[in-house]
Amino acid sequence: MPGGVDKFVYLLAPFLALTLSLASLAVIPFGPKPLPFPFFGGHQIDLWITNPDIGLLILFAVTALGVYGIALAGWASNSKYPLLGGLRSSAQMVSYELALTMSVVGVVLMANTFNLSRIIDAQSGRTLWGILPAWNIISFHGGFPQLVGFFCFFTAAIAETNRVPFDLPEAESELVAGFHTEYSSFKFAMFFIAEYTSMITVSALCAILFFGGWNSPFPASDFWKFTHYLPSVILIPFGLWVIYDGIKYETIWGRLVLPVIGSVITLIGAVLLAFPAINEFVQAPFWLLAKIFFFLFFYVWTRGTLPRFRYDQLMNIGWKLLLPVSIANVIVTAGFVLWRAGK
Amino acid sequence: MSAPLVIFFVLAALAVIGAISLILQKHPIHSALSLIVVMVALAGLYLLIGAEFVAAVQIIVYGGAIMVLFVLVIMLLNAGEEERTNFSKLAKFGGLPLALALTGLLAATMTKHGASVANPETAGTLAPTGQISTLLFTTFVYPFELTSFLILVAIMGALVLAQREKS
Repeated sequence: MPGGVDKFVYLLAPFLALTLSLASLAVIPFGPKPLPFPFFGGHQIDLWITNPDIGLLILFAVTALGVYGIALAGWASNSKYPLLGGLRSSAQMVSYELALTMSVVGVVLMANTFNLSRIIDAQSGRTLWGILPAWNIISFHGGFPQLVGFFCFFTAAIAETNRVPFDLPEAESELVAGFHTEYSSFKFAMFFIAEYTSMITVSALCAILFFGGWNSPFPASDFWKFTHYLPSVILIPFGLWVIYDGIKYETIWGRLVLPVIGSVITLIGAVLLAFPAINEFVQAPFWLLAKIFFFLFFYVWTRGTLPRFRYDQLMNIGWKLLLPVSIANVIVTAGFVLWRAGK
Repeated sequence: MSAPLVIFFVLAALAVIGAISLILQKHPIHSALSLIVVMVALAGLYLLIGAEFVAAVQIIVYGGAIMVLFVLVIMLLNAGEEERTNFSKLAKFGGLPLALALTGLLAATMTKHGASVANPETAGTLAPTGQISTLLFTTFVYPFELTSFLILVAIMGALVLAQREKS
């Protein structure tokens, strides 16, 4: 431990960051149906840990507390760079939390609930004469397409998770490593696990709130039944490629481990192909996970593309662009919801 | 003892310990952290009586936004440890009896209406969030709008005070 730190707060900060970001995963539902076989004497296992009526609010409550991990780490380190990082992060998160919360009000208005699985259920079906899926981002289904809401949400969420281009709290070219400069070994790892876990949570939220959650983008009719084999079509070639790549790997360790992983992936694909019942069950989690992976890809994509914002630009975007636009989105959506309800 | 009662005592103890620690801590950041503990424990108590929306809002607004602002200001001003002073005469002779009187008054009220405080019917059931909004926007719409107006006035006042002099 570095000298002169506030020991209790120094140890509390990574603990807070990790536990809070892991806790937020608890309310994410990964599929509509419970596991088709009973466990431990007839217990039904759902694909979520808990599914409360105020799931969305709980997520925001956990995010609101998540700021402390970073702010306190910066303060407790008793060092210049972490303090600057901690200050930046608390100011940034307070500013972007408003836009983050405002941007999902449109979705809540359309679904009429805070419950995440019911928000997804409200997005099943088709819109625009059956051409497109009735996802909130494009749907006129009892509301207004939430394209603007999604833009505000995703931008604010990137800022909230401290990723490029909003990674001012750990800007490595100015602040060494920002708030976690003084942390090492597993305490540092806890911050990193927390950051990546909240990236997964945010990606899951994007998929659930705006992109239909576990709903497939294809219609449910018999003609489109062949899309149900997509998981196998992706898994089997990928597993075979991992085996092929593993066999000619440089180190003996890779040559041992990679073919095993590849065979497991191929086997899962084959099992899905062989047992239609399991394949049907896997459809919903498959689509949700596919969307989550897409948004995680998007995170890395922006990191490789965009330069970091300047601090005043960051504050201007938060207060003068995202907040007014998301409030306007709420008003327009509310108007459309009212009009639809009156019709 | 039933499970809700155990949870109640754990949360109540957390809130009281947090509040005492808030006063006794020497460093402002430690005091702020104690206050966060109190806020979260209170949110748990709200959840226990079925007010899930109020509990979530308690954490979002008080535990999150307001306390982050406190922490931010303490960090920004780089406030150090506070000096302890002796109690003033007013606190010694006026404060203690008044505190005792308040405690007595609260205890008397609670024992008198004890049945409504420990009502077992409301424990375990959750108030739907839609009901709150219906009440807020129909029965109590005027008080609600007045409060919003008050907050708007406060925001504008803060803006005027924070604005630099233009020469």
